[in-house]
Amino acid sequence: MTDASNTVLNDPALPAAAAARPASGPWQRSWRILKRDRATLLAAAVLILIILSSLAAPFYARYVSGTDPFRSNLSARITIDGKRTKVMQASTEGLGLGVTPIGPTWGAQYMLGADTQGRDVAARLLYGGRNSLLIAASSTAICLFFAAVVGISAGFFGGAVDKVLSRILDILWAFPVYLLAISLSIVFISQGIVIGPVEITGDSLLLPIFIIGIIYVPYVARPVRGRVLSLKESEFVLAARGLGIPAWRILVYDILPNVSTMLIVFVPLMMGLNIITESSLSFLSIGVQAPDASWGTIIQDGQTLLYTRPAVALAPGIAIVLTVLSLNVLGDSLRDALDPRTKLV
Amino acid sequence: MGLNFSFLTRKTGQLLAGVLLAQTALCSAALAEDRAELMAKHRGGTMTLAAVSAAGTIDPMINYTAQFWQIYQMTYDGLVKFKQAGGTDGFEIVPAIAEAIPQAENDGKTYVFKIRKGIMFSNGKEVTPSDVLASFQRIFKVKGPTTGSFYGGIVGADKCIEAAETCTLEGGVIADDAAGTVTINLTAPDAEFFSKLAVPHASILPADAPLADAGTTPIPGTGAYFFESYNPNEQLVMKRNPHFKEWSVDAQPDGFADEVIYKFGLTEEAAINAIINGQLDWLYDTPPADRLPEIGSKYVSQIKIDPLAAFWYAPMNTNLAPFNDVRVRQAVNYALDRDSLVGLFGGEVLAQPTCQILPPDFPGHVDDCIYTKEPGPTWAEPDMEKAMQLVEESGTKGQKVTVIAEDNAVARGIGTYIQSVLSELGYDASMKAVSPNIQFTYIQNTNNNVQISISQWYMDYPAASNFLNVLLSCASFTPGSDSSVNMSGYCNKDLDATMKDAMTLALTDQNAANAKWAEADKGFMEQAPMAPLFTPKSVNFTSARLGNYLFNKQNRWIISQSWVQ
Repeated sequence: MTDASNTVLNDPALPAAAAARPASGPWQRSWRILKRDRATLLAAAVLILIILSSLAAPFYARYVSGTDPFRSNLSARITIDGKRTKVMQASTEGLGLGVTPIGPTWGAQYMLGADTQGRDVAARLLYGGRNSLLIAASSTAICLFFAAVVGISAGFFGGAVDKVLSRILDILWAFPVYLLAISLSIVFISQGIVIGPVEITGDSLLLPIFIIGIIYVPYVARPVRGRVLSLKESEFVLAARGLGIPAWRILVYDILPNVSTMLIVFVPLMMGLNIITESSLSFLSIGVQAPDASWGTIIQDGQTLLYTRPAVALAPGIAIVLTVLSLNVLGDSLRDALDPRTKLV
Repeated sequence: MGLNFSFLTRKTGQLLAGVLLAQTALCSAALAEDRAELMAKHRGGTMTLAAVSAAGTIDPMINYTAQFWQIYQMTYDGLVKFKQAGGTDGFEIVPAIAEAIPQAENDGKTYVFKIRKGIMFSNGKEVTPSDVLASFQRIFKVKGPTTGSFYGGIVGADKCIEAAETCTLEGGVIADDAAGTVTINLTAPDAEFFSKLAVPHASILPADAPLADAGTTPIPGTGAYFFESYNPNEQLVMKRNPHFKEWSVDAQPDGFADEVIYKFGLTEEAAINAIINGQLDWLYDTPPADRLPEIGSKYVSQIKIDPLAAFWYAPMNTNLAPFNDVRVRQAVNYALDRDSLVGLFGGEVLAQPTCQILPPDFPGHVDDCIYTKEPGPTWAEPDMEKAMQLVEESGTKGQKVTVIAEDNAVARGIGTYIQSVLSELGYDASMKAVSPNIQFTYIQNTNNNVQISISQWYMDYPAASNFLNVLLSCASFTPGSDSSVNMSGYCNKDLDATMKDAMTLALTDQNAANAKWAEADKGFMEQAPMAPLFTPKSVNFTSARLGNYLFNKQNRWIISQSWVQ
């Protein structure tokens, strides 16, 4: 077995100044590893660009495209190359069947064309990105919070607590995840949720946030529980116990820091997964509700235009691919940087 | 002003009548000859139809869909039937199992039907008056969707509705096997009685037909074809009835294809491709919007567009805010740009804007639109100013409104548009798309608190009452029920009385009745319990090999009269 830290310190190729530098903490070491990885930097740049673009949606809609992306615009006309053109264009060939929205103009207005309601697809794409990212981030936070509470409690306290929590996770796990998400969405979207004075209506973004947050809890809680179980038997925890340190201090100062790196690695991975889940639910009309948009609802809008205006479905599809790819690359890089076991390899 | 025929002598008249009779006889003979020639040339082959999904039970007394009513035309017959002919001739009622349309007796409350001899069910048994009696009893025993509304006027029907299992219709339907007659007694004269007998819910079935929903098990019929097998997830197979002999070309003409296979489960896109490739002959569903420009320009000869007696509308719940205020309902009617809605359906070739309940060219329809910028005979453009003013006056601005639409492309598009209009009027509007399997019942039940929804209504038979009385009468509103087709929950005793007057007038004077229906139509629109959107047209995309396409205004394309070879 090789002691990694000794190998580094005894490396004769290392400059004397570097060797003399005080030992850095795990966070600094991870940050250095991340900074050196070009794929990570590229993924981060793409993600930041997508987030900033989405945040700029109101600015784009107001000052660039000049349309309200939440209002139908079926009788609108725009000027292209000095000519007034209808946004919804009736067919003039043959029997004159069908009305097709305008295609990509690559100009400020209707850059990616219009959807079936005559709305600017580019503006909706940016607004959709805001909702998709917001739902993904919030549901990830909820998922990780509950997974951490359940996983750590089950692993640390063991006994009856572990048995009860593990069986609850088993029950949740027994449902196919998409089937569970669809079932919950159908029930809550049609009726909303009323708990005492708190009412969440069927069209609230809180519904997909909570549903997606909850369904993935077992998938994170299980590995967290396993990690806590192994940490509980580690020498430093046994030593702390032997010294009579109270359980809550062990939990906060010894267990939690060691689990937190694992949870951080889960953040981008779960976000990617949650974006896909949200898009799927919205595509099926049981996620984000009209007039709000998400990438999933825009793909649904574009589904009926695949033959004539494929850009409507392709644009949000590409946005999802880029975002999820970036998040997965970041997740992998974070795991490599934060997981000490990976570093030893 | 009328024409004066007094110069014609009795002899000249007789001569003329003789010539006309001879001409009719010669024409009929020529037509029969033509038909025989066509039959010899085109008879045979397998016709393949498709629909995205099946239409539920195969039981003709229970199924209430345009999709299966169309195929029942070639598999079942009633005592009378809508004529199997193209265009408005399809509205004509002709004798089917009965030899002739009987004259009313007993002040319009009794009809005696003479049953044709020699008509055979597909199981080989001959139709008898006892089968007719059993069929009428079965209507009540299986509790079909129109049992009360269509057949509740038969003597004894009230007892049958109360206790279906012991239903005898004693005194209401009397079968005499020896005389070969069936007598039907009504509690009151009904001008639409024959129309109600002509729809598939009054099909004549064998007396031993199951007394519960047949589900996927076909029941033998008297048509030119019979159902050989039915799997809603796969296909419905129809073959020639081996015991069928053409007994009335008007009611049940012999079919051209030997076999008709109706496939289910293909998407519209896949079905359109299959028709282009010659693998399918027809698709029940409307072609998807993004394929319309293509098929409308490349396959012009394979596209058939026909008007329908139907309309798309947005029922507004008159018992829930904000639509319990007539000004809000009127505002919605003023604000809707019906041209835009027509565009969402596929353009002006496929639909026509409307702001009335009765469709154009329908009994009782008089062109009149009050919800347009310049009120006149037809809709011209929305009046947003007036709409905003009405909403302002109602003081309902800012309230939450949810539009419920079917989860398919067209309905979702219309729902989104109406939600957008409501937002523009100042409401906090949202749209919810509900599965097509449950949307129609969901929006009917008051327990679901639906404020505004998107729906469609296609006539059962050509009578104004089938729109106005069915959709808006007090009797059609049943709170808490999934079968409360008056989705607006609107009940106006005065307009109910006007409709009753119209139905009574129809027994003696159809024109006066139509005028009364027009009055009722206008009366309802003034109160605006719904916003009529547009009148759709039927779009049929057929294979290149399919010939002799005939569109019947009552039951749409007559499948049996087209050939594939």
